[in-house]
Amino acid sequence: MRFSVVVEVSGLEGIADPEGQTIERALPALGFEGVADVRVGKLIRLHLEAPDETTAYERAGELCRRLLANPVIERYEVAVSPLAGTG
Amino acid sequence: MTRVAVVVFPGSNCEHDVAAALAAVGVEPVLVWHGEATLGDVAGVVLPGGFAHGDYLRPGAIARFSPVMAAVTEMAAEGAPVIGICNGFQVLTEAGLLPGALRRNEGLRFLCEPASCRVRSARSVLTSACEPDQVLELAINHYEGNYTCDEATLRLLVENDQIALTYEDNPNGSIGDIAGVSNEAGNVVGLMPHPERAISPLLGSTDGVVLMESIAKSASAWAGRARRPAHAPVAN
Repeated sequence: MRFSVVVEVSGLEGIADPEGQTIERALPALGFEGVADVRVGKLIRLHLEAPDETTAYERAGELCRRLLANPVIERYEVAVSPLAGTG
Repeated sequence: MTRVAVVVFPGSNCEHDVAAALAAVGVEPVLVWHGEATLGDVAGVVLPGGFAHGDYLRPGAIARFSPVMAAVTEMAAEGAPVIGICNGFQVLTEAGLLPGALRRNEGLRFLCEPASCRVRSARSVLTSACEPDQVLELAINHYEGNYTCDEATLRLLVENDQIALTYEDNPNGSIGDIAGVSNEAGNVVGLMPHPERAISPLLGSTDGVVLMESIAKSASAWAGRARRPAHAPVAN
């Protein structure tokens, strides 16, 4: 089966995010009030071949730990869903 | 003459400067393409600055999987001098050969300027010819030079005397003003400043020479030590 995988990589809690802070400061200047805790990360989409959804999720986690995220400074979240029209 | 490898990744751009700086201190530089499986007969290796593999994903993240990195890791384990300069430092942290990580500079500015650096430890292969507390005028040239590690790691770096160089006037937000760190053994060192750009009055500073001499001295010492077992008579 083919799965669609979406990986979100962002800085660990407690690690400064100067890009997020800059955006947070810019928004009130445009009239957007009440915005807080802006964090900037990156989103990586990929397709993955796996026998089932559990395995796909495990493999996605493994490739995050090995390459997509640096655990010293980053955290990641993985979302897996079956690709329509396969199976 | 002692030979030291200089690894060339696609996107490296300081390999010829490093080679010239090594030659200036009596070392024969050997440029080695990143796709090679071995480093050849060398007594040390330098990973030079640049943008290996375009710095895609994170600086050093792809380079750590280059075929040559298995040989670099092996040399590091054997105790040979392994130096990463700028992008090379980023590669060594991504490869897990040095602790911590390098993030984007505080203030999100690319920095290309002189930086005064203080020698904190003369124990490493990069600083063995230096005087402790010696201040060196070097150049920095990076966007991701903000050294980061957790508090426990920082304590270990201090306790084990692994902080080789610190900035006098922290330009990038690095924790503990760290400009260069070593592994516990002191044979693997990474630094953001470029010693190879401070080897002639024409370049504005000659303070990088003592760092290049440290590399030369360490490589020569390691070559001598490494050769002895090979030529030693076999017992029994």
